[in-house]
Amino acid sequence: MSRGKQGPARWEHFHHQADIGVRGIGPDLGTAFEQAALALTAVITDPSRVRPVEPVTISCAAPDPEYLLLDWLNALIYEMATRHLLFGRFEVHIDDHALRATAWGEPVDVGRHRPAVEVKGATFTELKVARSPAGEWVAQCVVDV
Amino acid sequence: MDLKGLEPLSGTAWRIPPRGAMRVPAILYGDSALLREMDDKVREQICNVATLPGIVGAAWTMPDAHWGYGFPIGGVAAFAPEEGGVISAGGVGFDISCGVRTLLTGLPRQRVEAIRERLAEALFRAIPAGVGSTGLIRLDEDEMTAMLAGGARWALEQGYGRPEDLERIEEHGCMSGADPEQVSPRARHRQRDEMGTLGSGNHYLEVQAVAGIHDPGTATAWGLREGDVVVSIHCGSRGLGHQIGTEFLREMALAARQHGIELPDRELACAPLESDIGRAYLGAMRAGINCALANRQILTHLTREVFGRLLPEASMELLYDVSHNTCKEETHEVGGRRRRLFVHRKGATRAFGPGHPELPAAFRGSGQPVLIGGSMGTASWVLAGTREGEGLALSSACHGAGRAMSRHQARKRWQGRRLVDELAGRGVLVRSPSMRGVAEEAPGAYKDVDAVVEATHRAGLARKVARLEPMICIKG
Repeated sequence: MSRGKQGPARWEHFHHQADIGVRGIGPDLGTAFEQAALALTAVITDPSRVRPVEPVTISCAAPDPEYLLLDWLNALIYEMATRHLLFGRFEVHIDDHALRATAWGEPVDVGRHRPAVEVKGATFTELKVARSPAGEWVAQCVVDV
Repeated sequence: MDLKGLEPLSGTAWRIPPRGAMRVPAILYGDSALLREMDDKVREQICNVATLPGIVGAAWTMPDAHWGYGFPIGGVAAFAPEEGGVISAGGVGFDISCGVRTLLTGLPRQRVEAIRERLAEALFRAIPAGVGSTGLIRLDEDEMTAMLAGGARWALEQGYGRPEDLERIEEHGCMSGADPEQVSPRARHRQRDEMGTLGSGNHYLEVQAVAGIHDPGTATAWGLREGDVVVSIHCGSRGLGHQIGTEFLREMALAARQHGIELPDRELACAPLESDIGRAYLGAMRAGINCALANRQILTHLTREVFGRLLPEASMELLYDVSHNTCKEETHEVGGRRRRLFVHRKGATRAFGPGHPELPAAFRGSGQPVLIGGSMGTASWVLAGTREGEGLALSSACHGAGRAMSRHQARKRWQGRRLVDELAGRGVLVRSPSMRGVAEEAPGAYKDVDAVVEATHRAGLARKVARLEPMICIKG
């Protein structure tokens, strides 16, 4: 299983037979969403290879935190596809089912990023946004590649 | 999958009787070995599909079924509009009208082998593949609308292809009833520079050799000769289809309750065919089908240009073009009466048998070609639709090998560069912008396509015509 750095804020991938699950974990909801976004980048390339030089602002609103995660990841997928960018750094603020965020990245460089696969969309499969018994926020779903 | 509770109907068909909220039985095709290897989720998911309103006959899975989103990949289900039947964005999937087309070259293997390095390089340069790749065509708003309404017919009008291609494409190259107005500005934007691109993941362009003939009469009629070279293209509707899927999945999941639909899994997001959102999705999804048909038509043109330069004597005739992620309005006989149904095939190929009125004259006697994609380094197959397939699963067959292993497991087990070298040693040239992508798509990560095809043939869903072996693979 691929993982980001260990600590209170971290990401990981989880198993799905055809595709891949992305999971972000953090002390608060915003951090968990930031980490889930890093896990999304990691499906495509090593996030540490992406230089956070170009900022893109994203905002979305949804009826509940799970739809909000879906909308957040799908907004990133859309921005990556239409701007030909990869993102390596994220800052997310969540306030009452509304999300404001900045994602920093750079144009895809096939030689340096060696992107494995493009992501088609985030799915409801294994979609979960919840607090763990330890009090951490976990935000996860399977993405279709 | 645990076979307990499955009633064997034959060596290759199994029935789960309706229980709980299931409105119809589930029927799973495949031999016991294939079924045992399937994830338990396949069973859970197809039983969930059987609960959806207006479902007719049964909910079926093909021998290559695996765990998908809501619907299993390899799932088939049909709905009647007059019985509150639904249309499901989850039942079509993100890659609307993903499919396979095969071109005949009429050239013997040796002729192509003599220049295979040059051919591989030329195809790799000509076919935009992989993350961030863009096509050469930019469409403005009006051109995008015309493409979404016209499909491969539009592409032909733009100079991509030959007039005779159209009858060798399902729907004769143009899905009627498409409503480009239902395709959002974001979906259009996502497609702006993706026309004529292959994509990534399991999409590919392969040069293949006919390595075995199983039905000599049909093979001859279709121009398939042992040792001849063909070209197969596997891809779909690109960003436009993905965005349509994303948007309608969300909207249908949120609207389900207000349509009185209890979803056992949100991914089964659906709406009544006779509802505003149901009609909007149908129009948008059909436009997505046209986008996929136009895309494969443009890629065909690029492929023909390369062959025209390097192997000008190649005929490059289109054998057929099939889609395996669709919902189509079709007439089928169920329970002794002919009915108009909306048939979802998610990772399943339509397989009309001999005599079907929608087939072009060339396939009236044989049934339609059913093109089964392999995975880089393994075989692909050309099958033919059967008459009995109509009664078995509304004329549907498998679509490929199906994954046996996740991308993760594959990446841990294989290394891209080593795999490319190993395949080169076996006579398969792989060209890809991404070695990690190659590792994730390792042939060993897929089920045995020969076993899947054998079960499909034995079940009667489609019959074997020819086996194809890869020579060159351009991987996205």
